Amino acid sequence: MQALTNKAKQVNRAPMSFMEKLYLPAIIKGMMITFSHIFKKKPTINYPEKKRPFSPVFRGLQILNRDEEGRENCTACGLCAVACPAEAITMEAAERQPGEEHLYKEEKYAAKYEINMLRCIFCGLCEEACPKDAIYLSETFTPADYQRKQFIYSKNDLLIPHPKENEEAYLKALGNRPQKQTL
Amino acid sequence: MNLTSIIFLLLSLMAVGSSLMMISSKSPVHSVLWLIVVFFAISGHYILLNAQFLAIVNIIVYAGAIMVLFLFVVMLMNLNAETEPIKNYRLQLVGIVAGGTLLLIIIYAVMKIDVENLVEMKVGDAGLIKNLGMNLFKNYVLPFEISSVLFLSAMIGAVVIGKKDELSK
Amino acid sequence: MMLAMDFAFLIEKLILIVVVVFASLGIAMYTTFAERKVAAILQDRRGPNRAGPFGLLQPLADGMKLFFKEEIIPNFSSKTLFILGPALAMLTACMTSAVIPWGNKVELFGRSIDLQIADVNIGILYVFGVVSLGVYGIMIGAWASNNKFSLMGGLRAASQIISYELAMGISMIALLMVTGTLSLKEMVVQQQHGYWNVVYQPLGFLIFLICAFAECNRTPFDLPEAENELIGGYHTEYSSMKLGFYLFSEYINMFISSVVMATLFFGGYDLPFFDESTLAPNIAAIIGVAALMAKVIAFIFLFMWVRWTIPRFRYDQLMHLGWRILIPLALFNMLATGGAILYFGK
Repeated sequence: MQALTNKAKQVNRAPMSFMEKLYLPAIIKGMMITFSHIFKKKPTINYPEKKRPFSPVFRGLQILNRDEEGRENCTACGLCAVACPAEAITMEAAERQPGEEHLYKEEKYAAKYEINMLRCIFCGLCEEACPKDAIYLSETFTPADYQRKQFIYSKNDLLIPHPKENEEAYLKALGNRPQKQTL
Repeated sequence: MNLTSIIFLLLSLMAVGSSLMMISSKSPVHSVLWLIVVFFAISGHYILLNAQFLAIVNIIVYAGAIMVLFLFVVMLMNLNAETEPIKNYRLQLVGIVAGGTLLLIIIYAVMKIDVENLVEMKVGDAGLIKNLGMNLFKNYVLPFEISSVLFLSAMIGAVVIGKKDELSK
Repeated sequence: MMLAMDFAFLIEKLILIVVVVFASLGIAMYTTFAERKVAAILQDRRGPNRAGPFGLLQPLADGMKLFFKEEIIPNFSSKTLFILGPALAMLTACMTSAVIPWGNKVELFGRSIDLQIADVNIGILYVFGVVSLGVYGIMIGAWASNNKFSLMGGLRAASQIISYELAMGISMIALLMVTGTLSLKEMVVQQQHGYWNVVYQPLGFLIFLICAFAECNRTPFDLPEAENELIGGYHTEYSSMKLGFYLFSEYINMFISSVVMATLFFGGYDLPFFDESTLAPNIAAIIGVAALMAKVIAFIFLFMWVRWTIPRFRYDQLMHLGWRILIPLALFNMLATGGAILYFGK
């Protein structure tokens, strides 16, 4: 049979020579190999104290963005929900009432916005679909939880901290991930 | 009553008591374990007689090897306390007669014992390894060699039985 | 005769026993830690480093965990035997240390104290006898578990230990022919004045080493607890501190067999190329104990090193190695030693 690659090695089925039958040279060779590993560099990182930097394209937990004045960007257009291949996003739209201008950027906003983190595959398509730079993926993991229903993240869980009231937390949540340029 | 006598009595009690337990216990595994205790008591007696070599060999060979094989067989046969193999009264009668005869002989032997020197310690050095070796290889060479031939034949026999299937082909 | 024994002598021995037993327990404890650490280092990992500085309190944490685990005794098992099993395993593991010479004489309070609990003239046979009893702990526990996997593990352990005991005994006979004594103390004294026994008995040492691995149920001979075939092996049904005793006795066995190998073949408490007799006895004794411990640590490291290098044998390979390679080799070694002694008239 023609081999597809030249990676396959022919098994040597020749009877063992006396030295091979002794096994001791092979054992000593193996022990030397394990011994050499004492001096190798250890790839482990002491996790909670030291964290590995995320790659620039890392896609973590979603965050609902606000603008510089702290108004929610989302207009509940539903494009993210349509784009989502795992159908993890649901939302309900509502109209902005007079006097709520400091809360919502546009006339329409999401009254309810839920992402099922058990369904989400963190593909980032919602981020790409969003015309208002309202949703993007941050640099955090979804934390473990005890119940399935707690993985359905509501709007309160997803909203980014207020940039004026809590600037430190806002910047931390924003992370270093390159933002999509909105027009 | 000195310490040696107390130790002797304790060991004897242990030996007799555990042999009784060995006979009377219903589960074969317990019997085997009690028998091991008997061997330990007897090894203690050997040490009292200044025969440390015999004592330790008794433990290595009997307690350490042969009884393990016994235990092996009993465990693999899965004998439980409920399985009482012998229900035949005629067989039990034969057992009683045979055991009784042995008991009579032992009683006769015990009656002949010099009770004055019941407990002796550190007298006689035939059990020490050097003297034992000298005795075996100088005074008793012939019996020793004959018994080793016996063992050899037993070993060959075991190999032949083990190889039976291959030979018959 | 025994009552006439010196009272101070009795106390001295009692203290020595307590020290030796606790020292071997402590060393075994830290051997469990070293096992995890060495395994980690050989596999390019870090190993336990959370409990205390460098993870040094890890064995305590492990022990505490075992103590607080729920204790389960199977319903149909024989309760006494079920408890007797781990107790025996622990007892036989600790008993061996009685005849080992830990060092030279120490002079304290105007008394010259031997650093050996009992210098019996059958020392090495005593070690052998206690080792041969070690299998009972495993077998009794395995049978009392009333579990097929446990029983199979116990039977494997028993047949393995009996098989390798033979080769071990025969290799030991060759050593005894060289030394001409059964007392471990005298063997060490001989090696202090001459060469170490490993020079005379390299093949015997190799056989002894392999058999020691098998007797301790260490990889590559850890078939009694082959988890992928027998779940946990003989201690499948054990939990809590009883399981702890079984696991712990393995480490004590490892320590003791390292001590025995160091004493028999590597000069015991002898420091090579150095004459201890020029020093004050107390300093010489401390150096001797330190030398013995260094050798023991080297052996324990070897045990672990082999564990993370050589995979487990198949059962037929184990039996083949024991009966058809090691025993003939040991017999040949014995004959060759006898011939050499006759020829050179040692």
